[in-house]
Amino acid sequence: MIRSIRQEFDQNILEQRFMLTLLIIVLLSFILFVRVAYLQIAQHDRFKLLSQENHIDRVPLVPVRGLILDRNEEILAHNVQVFNLEILPDLVPDLDRYLYELSHLIELTIEDIEELKATLELRPSFERQTLKTNLTDEQVAIFSVNQHRFPGVELRVDLQRDYPYGGLTAHVVGYVGRISPDNRELIYEQGGYEGISYIGKIGIESQYESTLKGQPGHSQVEMNAHGRIVRHLRQDLPNSGQTLHLGLDIMLQKESMEALEGYEGSVVAIEPKTGEILALASAPTYDPNLFINGISQTRYLQLNTSELKPLFNRSIYGQYAPGSTIKGFISLVGLEHGFKHDREVFCPGWYSLPNNQRRYRCWKRSGHGLVNGDAAIERSCDVYYYDLAIRLGIERLQAGLTRFGFGRKTGIDLDKERSGLMPNMEWKQKTQNQPWYPGDTVNTGIGQGYMLMTPIQLASMTAILANRGVAITPRLLKMLENPITQKTESQVIPEKKQIELRQVEFYDQVIESMRRVVHSANGTARSINNGMLYEMAGKTGTAQVIGIPQGQDYDEKNTPKKYRDHSLFIGFAPIDDPQIAIAVIVENGGSGSKVAAPIARRLVDYYLQERLNMFASDVDASSSSTS
Amino acid sequence: MNTEQKSIFSTLDYPLLTGILLVCSLGLITLYSASGEDVDLLINHSGRIVIAMIAMYIVSLIPISTLSTMSLHLYLVGIVFLILVLVFGIVGKGAQRWVDLGVINFQPSEIMKITVPMMAAWIMTHNPMMPSVMKIFLAVLSIVIPCVLVILQPDLGTALLIAASGSIVIFLAGISWKIILVFGVVGAVSAPLVWTMVLYDYQKERILTMLDPWSDPLGAGYHAVQSMIAIGSGGVIGKGWLAGTQSRLEFIPERSTDFIFSVMGEEFGLGGFILLMLIYLMLVFRGFWIGFCVEDTYAKLLAGGLSFTFFAYVFVNIGMVSGILPVVGVPLPFISYGGTSIVTLMIGFGILMSISQKMKTN
Repeated sequence: MIRSIRQEFDQNILEQRFMLTLLIIVLLSFILFVRVAYLQIAQHDRFKLLSQENHIDRVPLVPVRGLILDRNEEILAHNVQVFNLEILPDLVPDLDRYLYELSHLIELTIEDIEELKATLELRPSFERQTLKTNLTDEQVAIFSVNQHRFPGVELRVDLQRDYPYGGLTAHVVGYVGRISPDNRELIYEQGGYEGISYIGKIGIESQYESTLKGQPGHSQVEMNAHGRIVRHLRQDLPNSGQTLHLGLDIMLQKESMEALEGYEGSVVAIEPKTGEILALASAPTYDPNLFINGISQTRYLQLNTSELKPLFNRSIYGQYAPGSTIKGFISLVGLEHGFKHDREVFCPGWYSLPNNQRRYRCWKRSGHGLVNGDAAIERSCDVYYYDLAIRLGIERLQAGLTRFGFGRKTGIDLDKERSGLMPNMEWKQKTQNQPWYPGDTVNTGIGQGYMLMTPIQLASMTAILANRGVAITPRLLKMLENPITQKTESQVIPEKKQIELRQVEFYDQVIESMRRVVHSANGTARSINNGMLYEMAGKTGTAQVIGIPQGQDYDEKNTPKKYRDHSLFIGFAPIDDPQIAIAVIVENGGSGSKVAAPIARRLVDYYLQERLNMFASDVDASSSSTS
Repeated sequence: MNTEQKSIFSTLDYPLLTGILLVCSLGLITLYSASGEDVDLLINHSGRIVIAMIAMYIVSLIPISTLSTMSLHLYLVGIVFLILVLVFGIVGKGAQRWVDLGVINFQPSEIMKITVPMMAAWIMTHNPMMPSVMKIFLAVLSIVIPCVLVILQPDLGTALLIAASGSIVIFLAGISWKIILVFGVVGAVSAPLVWTMVLYDYQKERILTMLDPWSDPLGAGYHAVQSMIAIGSGGVIGKGWLAGTQSRLEFIPERSTDFIFSVMGEEFGLGGFILLMLIYLMLVFRGFWIGFCVEDTYAKLLAGGLSFTFFAYVFVNIGMVSGILPVVGVPLPFISYGGTSIVTLMIGFGILMSISQKMKTN
């Protein structure tokens, strides 16, 4: 049977078909060969690149932000370890259950949850998101125990900026915050922000942003198809930001803020021979730590709308009529133009211009009688300065005062400093479209009228006087230090400029008069000289906030607080070797001699005695003699 | 044939055995890398190979004449199983392919790659009185029925291989070119109908993406693109064993199973491909030689059909992995991990070995 079947087939045809099939197989094999060879030879370079792009990625390594230290290396800003809770949306099976259960374990506010959900909708699901920042130790412990219940939620240790002195340094150091859309331009210009999420927003943090932030490094990593890092191929390490040494003395700053407690005002203290700012206080203040991770709306509104304006840095933005504090400088301008210090003027208690009924009153209604330049400063006689201003004329007055920095920015290394105002005829015509009246000159003579100054300007001009005319740009930064090698990278060299007068003695004459303000029996600040171990030159100022109508008296008790006079004082000590020049402004504090001068005394005492230990042996001697 | 005492392994064909062992070794080496150095998986795979080789040995003991008479029965059993799958099958990866036999899951469509060529060869040879047109009709019907059942699962790759395994038998049987031409025309006309009425959306998508996988490299084209990147980046000598980034870092999906060739291409390069193809072709040619040398037409046709089916596996798999064929689920013979394919393949070679015993003495 088999034989018969076999006979039905033509063996030749079968063999033909076998050969044909083999040929097809060879042909198809060749097609495969051509295809694979095409991929592996002709297209090799392209696919090699694609495979590298697939798995090799550059991950930024975040640099450590530079420290900010005070003149005694006290830490004003540093980076502390914080625990943040992060979520990997891809690995989370049921977000709502997670959030519900987590909110029972650790504190999660409705805002936290809603913010997270909003972010998750916008961002790809393989990107980590922050669930909660700054977990407490207790929360860390609770979460760690329960971590197995939440795959995809991880604790991460991060470095976060911290300001140990809080509000004390808020107006100097400022704060960092998360990078926001309005920072984009800066980041685009500067570059080097890969992986960095915080940026200096205000104060020193903003001023020296590029020095503080450091340079990010990069790690070339191999990633698998799920985006997980498998190994590090090459690393160039980040460069930490430089350490900033400030001239600020945090203890004096603290003392200043304490002295201003309960007031709105500012204290600025400068080391005259270097221009280093020892204290830059503005009261009231706020806690900069609140701003780092974004402050809540209600809290911000509270700060921003408060009548006391805690966010407003009075020391460089606040512009005040300087009042009598500038009388010494007007005397210098007078001396320069030949109005001798012993020239006498009669003060009947008021001054009037020729052919004019209006009386400009001296603060002393009964008058000072016959006063020379020396007595005019000592007793702060207004009539003497009304007369001197009229004799000088506004243009000479303006030009002379401008040399001491009136109406010009001091150049302090903080952003948006105000320039104050030193008016003249042209200014008034331009801005008010009114001619300059002689009465305007009279007012300018006692630092009233249009004239405005910032506390830093007042302190800066006081330092110039202390230096007998050497003007040094006030600076917060003292030097930069490399955090790794601890070597000084650069030292700030103070910009010095001598303000030349016809005779150097003019400075000493005015300084002597200002010494008498504090130390003589008639001086307006004599109340603060009790037990003073050093000699201080000073000048009080009481600046009117509202004009008092002709013929009326100013009655402090019946004036609402916000219309009361500002209390001012400038001074420096010791006179023969000035260590500190200070300006104090207390808003609506009343008389300069009663409020601002005692604050200045307290702070200068504190600085010279406690910080510089200048009279340590005297103190020892006196204490041992009494015991 | 003589009366000399034969060893118990005399039924084995050593050229085929050598080729199989070579491919399996190459497969184990590649699988070790593709699985991320998973020793358990390797042991599992080796176990399958051993079981499959035992099956091969047992089949090689069955005389070809016995197999010939069993053709119809085996075929019908296979058809019954395919229907069972459709009714009770376990769903795996969106397709019903498996029957749970209690101990092992069994994929009946696999065994059709053997029984369909057997059936076709049987129809073509065992009914001498039947007119040739009738034989061809019956043979084609015996191919179409299982193909339709498998497409319904749906498993396009296996249906293709079943169709190829049966058709090649009819072709080898020497049917006239006219009839082949008729089939060609029918095929060309029915292709659009198959496209619209038979194919599932995911199958159409695969075919379309095959034409341009780069149009959707993260979606439908992901498999094809990543595997082409793997092969292309391997170059002439490859990135080296265990050093393929595409596979080690899990960019290639299904790298231990259907896409294992892209791991070979990446790690061993063009050289690895040539070596692999030479071993495969050696097996195919040996199979054809066996068919060429036997006198029995049933055995001859079956040997040619099984050998060609084996080659079809290789061609379809490497073709789809290298991006010239759509991605259909066809494993790389003896190298891809898992499935019942390795058992089917070994049974096929067992049959070839059984046939080889009938070779004219050379």
